[in-house]
Amino acid sequence: MSLDPATVRRIAKLARIRMEDADVARLQGELNGILGWIEQLNEVDVEGVAPLTGGAQIAMRMREDVVTDGAYPERVLANAPDRAGEFFAVPKVVE
Amino acid sequence: MLLDLTIVEAAAALRRREFSARELVGAHVDAVAALNPRLNAFITVTPELALAQADAADKALAAGDAGPLAGIPLAIKDLFCTEGVRTTAGSRILGNFVPPYESFVSAQLLRDGAVFLGKANLDEFAMGSSNMTSAYGPVENPWKREGSNAVMVPGGSSGGSAAAVAARMAMGSTGTDTGGSIRQPAAFCGIAGIKPTYGRCSRWGIVAFASSLDQAGAFARTVGDCAVLLGSMAGFDPKDSTCSERPVPDYLAATKRGVRGLRVGVPAEYRMDGMNPDVERLWQQGLAWLRDAGAEIVDVSLPHTKYGLPTYYIVAPAEASSNLARYDGVRFGVRQDGVDLIDLYERTRAAGFGDEVKRRIMIGTYVLSAGYYDAYYLRAQKVRALILKDFTDVFAHVDALLTPTAPTGAFGQGEKMDDPVAMYLNDVFTVPASMAGVPGMSVPAGLDGQGLPLGLQVIGRPFDEETVFAVSQVLEDAAAFSAMPAVRA
Repeated sequence: MSLDPATVRRIAKLARIRMEDADVARLQGELNGILGWIEQLNEVDVEGVAPLTGGAQIAMRMREDVVTDGAYPERVLANAPDRAGEFFAVPKVVE
Repeated sequence: MLLDLTIVEAAAALRRREFSARELVGAHVDAVAALNPRLNAFITVTPELALAQADAADKALAAGDAGPLAGIPLAIKDLFCTEGVRTTAGSRILGNFVPPYESFVSAQLLRDGAVFLGKANLDEFAMGSSNMTSAYGPVENPWKREGSNAVMVPGGSSGGSAAAVAARMAMGSTGTDTGGSIRQPAAFCGIAGIKPTYGRCSRWGIVAFASSLDQAGAFARTVGDCAVLLGSMAGFDPKDSTCSERPVPDYLAATKRGVRGLRVGVPAEYRMDGMNPDVERLWQQGLAWLRDAGAEIVDVSLPHTKYGLPTYYIVAPAEASSNLARYDGVRFGVRQDGVDLIDLYERTRAAGFGDEVKRRIMIGTYVLSAGYYDAYYLRAQKVRALILKDFTDVFAHVDALLTPTAPTGAFGQGEKMDDPVAMYLNDVFTVPASMAGVPGMSVPAGLDGQGLPLGLQVIGRPFDEETVFAVSQVLEDAAAFSAMPAVRA
């Protein structure tokens, strides 16, 4: 399947990456090249195969649901581009 | 010459007080100052920190309570968060990020007394096979084609880590390997590199790319030095839910086991049409070395090998698109202002990410999107299960596999840059082991017809790094690889 320009724009929107009109055609070509190459997976018989979801062949370890860390807001906020008191600040969101 | 010592030799000499940690580290700090402006192997250098750590190591050595890596100067891939030292992941978007914590793996090395020279250059977010996608400029491979001044790539993504060790700027370094990012640059730079089993090293504090594949490992100029470094880095960390609780064996001792009686498999599918004849010759030579050392060579089949790369280029971008969603200009990193919050996100990510990262986020977003998830992502996970089954089946009959590390030696800067898929094919021999989560090591074994180093890859059973080290040591001894890069301190 081949991506059209509208789909490239839709993916960029979903990925929250601003895309200039001039970039759409280039990315369309690159993405279609990669997806076309990936299509070869369609020749593999995967009937009845359970998907492998993780890298570790072990059961996920559980831990107690307790607070083990935290209470240092200055360290957490140290890299914030903008802050207001002990909060991260963003432009006003109005519905 | 302090710069040519191995870690094992230097650690012993430091204990005998033949020289001080200050002298050893000082020589490497000078080497970094002299060569880094050219090679660009480090994004950030920390000479004052390194010398202070060296003085602390000298005190510990004098007091008799020094750790096994006391005074050993290392490069740390700039994907490991280092407390108080800028960590960029090779991206503009983290250009001002100073972690308030230390990654588990780098903390293990510090616990053992290691000295950090700085943060090694890499492909942006570890996405690349040439180090050409770094926002901080490419790394020059210290090796040259005979009779040519063309600048070669060091491989990637851990290109700076590999170049720094090859050029004698550092005695060892950390890397991460998601699809070949330790093994391929090790091969391109003529050094050794180990990617351990998935779960052997904690991922905590390593900037995430593809979490089901990412694994930390080590570079050094010898197999034994890699064993020492991995022994320090590995270990249980409750903060990574996929980190193994298995005890860490004595890897250096394992390098001395030999291969007598071991069965080493040769996967038929790694013999590709049009294979580089130098690579093919070295592979046969490697098998002969192992046979001479007492191993039995066995032909085996990994039937889904050719599907490793296309599977990887669904799974890894899918995980990356999720992991990199956090770079939104709100909590850390470089923000671009917008008229509203969505505009802020979109402008921040457009300006902060490079082209390869954007491509992979877009591919990942697409294969996870409604209507395409089953056709791409779910199918890839099923093929991944078949790839794992290939390895599980052959490891019922053999103890290790021997393959080339990469299809060719290093290529020049600017080559393979126009077609993303041509670049991806570099990882054809390394990606299947990543998909299966099994350990792999690249050992420098010879030169190609142009005078560039080539590596052989040893692949082992899950959590059997000991056999990987044993086989790799036999290869290293037989190869007696003594060629030196053109550019070195």
